[in-house]
Amino acid sequence: MRRRWSWLCCATWTTILFLYLPIGVLILFSFNASRLSASWQGFTFDWYRLLANDRSLITAALNSCFIAVVSTGLALCLGVSGVLGLEGLRARQQDVIDSAIMLPLVIPEVMMGVALMLFFVTIRMPLTLATVIIGHVVFNVPLVMVIVRSRLKKLDRRLTEAARDLGASRWQVFRRVTEPLLRPAIVGAGLIAFTVSLDDFIVTFFVAGPGATTLPLKVYSMIKAGITPEINALSTMVVVASMSLVGLSLLLQRKFV
Amino acid sequence: MKPSARSRIPACLAAVAALLSSCGQAAEPGGQTSETTGVQILHYFTWSDYVGPEILAEFERREQARVIVDVFSSNEELLAKLQSGATGYDVAVPSDFMVAIMRQEGLLAELDATKIPNAESLGAHLQHLPFDPEQRYSVPYLWGTVGIGYDSQFITTPPDSWSVLWDSRYAGRISMLNDQREVFGATLRWLGHSLNETDPRVIEQAKHKLIEQKVLVKTYTSDHYDQLLASGEVVLAQGWGGPVARAMKDRPSIRYVVPKEGGTIWADCLVMLKSAPQKDLALRFINFLLDPEVAARTSERLLFAASPRSVGSLVKPAIRSNPAIYPPDELLGRLEWMRDVGQAVRVYDRAWTELKMH
Repeated sequence: MRRRWSWLCCATWTTILFLYLPIGVLILFSFNASRLSASWQGFTFDWYRLLANDRSLITAALNSCFIAVVSTGLALCLGVSGVLGLEGLRARQQDVIDSAIMLPLVIPEVMMGVALMLFFVTIRMPLTLATVIIGHVVFNVPLVMVIVRSRLKKLDRRLTEAARDLGASRWQVFRRVTEPLLRPAIVGAGLIAFTVSLDDFIVTFFVAGPGATTLPLKVYSMIKAGITPEINALSTMVVVASMSLVGLSLLLQRKFV
Repeated sequence: MKPSARSRIPACLAAVAALLSSCGQAAEPGGQTSETTGVQILHYFTWSDYVGPEILAEFERREQARVIVDVFSSNEELLAKLQSGATGYDVAVPSDFMVAIMRQEGLLAELDATKIPNAESLGAHLQHLPFDPEQRYSVPYLWGTVGIGYDSQFITTPPDSWSVLWDSRYAGRISMLNDQREVFGATLRWLGHSLNETDPRVIEQAKHKLIEQKVLVKTYTSDHYDQLLASGEVVLAQGWGGPVARAMKDRPSIRYVVPKEGGTIWADCLVMLKSAPQKDLALRFINFLLDPEVAARTSERLLFAASPRSVGSLVKPAIRSNPAIYPPDELLGRLEWMRDVGQAVRVYDRAWTELKMH
């Protein structure tokens, strides 16, 4: 029995190492004094200093944040109202719509990117920052719906019914009963959506137009000009930001469950 | 149902629509000027890090305009983006062969030569190039060669032929570009043919040579051979001059040579897109980038040669005399432009795949 436990434990650690070692190396080399990633030549913050003064990177970072904030907000509005609307439907219909919602989560992102791009071209909508935001809303809405819906299913329906019986309007029920109960899920979903939007490369790649270069697009094009520790430093910042947002989201969801 | 509940939903939707359309307008390429400030906005679509921030700032100050830079990572990406209907970019920087393709696709606007006086001072070898013989659509901007970067500590007799890449003494310490036309081009030149060869038999012959070489090659890469050279992991690398010059900074024993059989000459060119919303500003921007003094600064930063003739006297002597950056004049006759090979591209594709699979 004991042997088996230690073997499993070993497997767990190997898996974790497998997942995090490359990221660890990436972070380590962002502090490397040498321009070459092959050898370690002392500790430095120079690459971070370089980052802070790089105007094109700052623009890309601001673009990314703006897109993430707006697309998350829209995805939350659509997703939460979508979930609430679903509740009013019959069970059969709910099942059908449920699987329809899951679909964008499982189809390859490349397909989604191409489809969105062709759609925008067909309706003659010029590719801009707005098309990127719409693209991000498309993959974020299902994410929000899945998270919020799982929380909603656990809620006691009697609470809302009681509120209605006591004379609250539908809006009041939402504001005073449903929304506060759903809040941890909404905040958690928002943080996840924000992170996914911030990190997205593929969909953005297809639907970005003038003035819409995001951080991941920028990193990708920087690699073409040679890999420097500046890219490591930048990636480190993105990893840290993404991980803290996901961590925060998990924390919030757990705290209120 | 109380009216308050119903009326809020359309209100929310309207707010969302307004938000979307307003951010659409902010980035709307058709909007010639940003409405709040009246400042003209120029969209420059280029390679990552291809333009220094201080150069942009200077242009913005001079023209009272704003320049927004978007980046692509390959010529194919640039083409795909424009073909898929992205409009709003004013100026782009495709490489030589891509200029020809974009011209055929009708993506480029004709340049008014009188508005780009700086383009008249280009070196003779950069005029009337095969991809734009009448010089109507493009102006060469940065240019260079493809040759061999080598470590003179290990290769003590300076190589002068592509054959050094087949030398078994350097097995496992050779890197080649990950680019089918360049790899075949070098081999074809070595075998005494044009690098735009279309005869399938000759391409086949080159393929056999390359398969022979493959056991000696550590890696096919176009991105980080400068690092491999600088760290000593490879001692011979087929590559563009600029990255080899970068490797010299870290390892002074690195040298660069274009073999006697000759090699590729390339140029990244400034073009104005047909759909450019800001044509006048775009022409002024192109002219500004070609200003010898501005071009000299770009050249020093990127370690590529700049096209204006007088740049040579403006850059630091160490840059001017580095053959990896400014090819010596006597070399020019041995360089060849990469051209569209038409149907033969399939032959190259298949040969390249066979090489990679071998």
